[in-house]
Amino acid sequence: MVDLSVNLCGLPMDNPVIPASGTFGFGHELASFLDLTRLGSISCKGTTREPRFGNPTPRIAEAPAGMLNAVGLQNPGIDVVLREELPALAKVYPKPVIANICGFSIEEYTEVAAAFDKAPEVGWLELNISCPNVHGGGASFGTDPGLAAEVTASVRAAVKKPLLVKLTPTAGDITAVARACEQAGADGLSLINTLPGMRIDLRSRRPVLANLTGGLSGPALFPIALRMVYQVYEAVKIPIVGLGGISTAEDVIEMMLAGAAAVQVGAAGLRDPKAWTRIIDDLPIVMEKYGIEKLSYITGGAHQ
Amino acid sequence: MKEAVFSVLSQTLIARDTYRLTMAGDVSAITSPGQFVQIRLDSFFLRRPISVCLRDEDTLTLIYKVVGGGTKALAELPAGAKLDLLTGLGNGFDTSKSGQTPLLVGGGVGAAPLLWLCRTLVEEGKKPAVLLGFNTAEEVFLEEDFRAMGADVTVVTMDGSRGKKGLVTEHLPSPEMYDFYYTCGPAPMMKALHGAAAHPGQISLESRMGCGFGACMGCTCQTKNGPVRICHEGPVLESEAIVW
Repeated sequence: MVDLSVNLCGLPMDNPVIPASGTFGFGHELASFLDLTRLGSISCKGTTREPRFGNPTPRIAEAPAGMLNAVGLQNPGIDVVLREELPALAKVYPKPVIANICGFSIEEYTEVAAAFDKAPEVGWLELNISCPNVHGGGASFGTDPGLAAEVTASVRAAVKKPLLVKLTPTAGDITAVARACEQAGADGLSLINTLPGMRIDLRSRRPVLANLTGGLSGPALFPIALRMVYQVYEAVKIPIVGLGGISTAEDVIEMMLAGAAAVQVGAAGLRDPKAWTRIIDDLPIVMEKYGIEKLSYITGGAHQ
Repeated sequence: MKEAVFSVLSQTLIARDTYRLTMAGDVSAITSPGQFVQIRLDSFFLRRPISVCLRDEDTLTLIYKVVGGGTKALAELPAGAKLDLLTGLGNGFDTSKSGQTPLLVGGGVGAAPLLWLCRTLVEEGKKPAVLLGFNTAEEVFLEEDFRAMGADVTVVTMDGSRGKKGLVTEHLPSPEMYDFYYTCGPAPMMKALHGAAAHPGQISLESRMGCGFGACMGCTCQTKNGPVRICHEGPVLESEAIVW
């Protein structure tokens, strides 16, 4: 029997597979289709202080080996998430979940994080300083090591739960942002968020997305995400949640060898919602094939 | 929602760029006219959402128009090809609102989901009138299928090459001839219909979608009751709820 269990910032998980924020809503609506309890954890939809409609549509475009999205952090706001969404999820998913936190100011990040910190359903806080689809928030914090450290330190001082910071591939040097977050008190890092892209419609000769640009996700991103996880693993000591284009159990193992302690799966599940649990089903088979007995032991294995 | 593999039974070109695709497979999750399926295609990342035209005991009929690479690849599939579908998506039309004489208004390929709706209404003992708008005669389809179900069918073309000339909104029946309408078609047509119709109705919207099952918030539409996901709370919305 192979062992799929991992540990993320002191909290045990049955396996390392987590649906990525923004691709799974608040999870409970998928309970009739998927056995949610199989999942290692769930990273919930990014939440802001106020309700947000998000960007105008079209918000989605096709890409070679992936897709673009410019949803723009649509969410019902922290109060509704705490009152309705998390309790609904807890009824069908008893394990700790990841609260994904977005904001447009350090105060907003801190306030939303402090509110989630008190929620019994939440195991980890994930600070999204990497959304490419909003202006004046998200990635504007994640590209600057100084601002990334400032927001991390402010949230750190206000919360007790393990704090992950989700990084953007648009940072000039992602290892510098990673180190800044570590020094400011982050317990772990998630990387990478989507990479900004564009499509133009040949008939209208205008960008497909109403927001003009959107974040690229899907398999196209995988080698980039893998490279960044590998580099960040060498730059920091805190655990890494690897994401970006993971579609198979083999991808999970590759990402863990690069340095990930756990992984998130997003776009693959939008195309094929069974992928979220099929990857978990496939992991023991792939582990046996490659002689892996305990999955957590391979984290960072490619560096030795 | 259910994921199922379907086999292509036949594909027929029924109008310009418009195909009728019949497939065999598990249709059990498809419960209401106006719902849609998400079709997975090998060379494309995103599935293609297509409304259900007819659901029979073991078969599913879709009618779609080739508008880009995905639908072109779909049109090239031969009989026997296997397709991975997510079925039973979206809410569908509510026939309890129809009254005795509902009006069904289809624009272009938007006529497709109205066929199963028409059959359902007839089975419920109602007398639907069907108004179909197309650009030109070469694009007209389903006229005889609706008629065979016993509906009173009017075809309108923009250029007058078939049926009456002009827009569907120029050929609406008089207010006492219908109680409620159902429509699917281009957004400008449905907006004009909402303005011109004497009664409320239900409108089937389309959108570029990421997942099709309510997870990604890619297809959100603002309504008077707050944001809704076209794939999940829709695609059928009350005409009065839409922010036009």
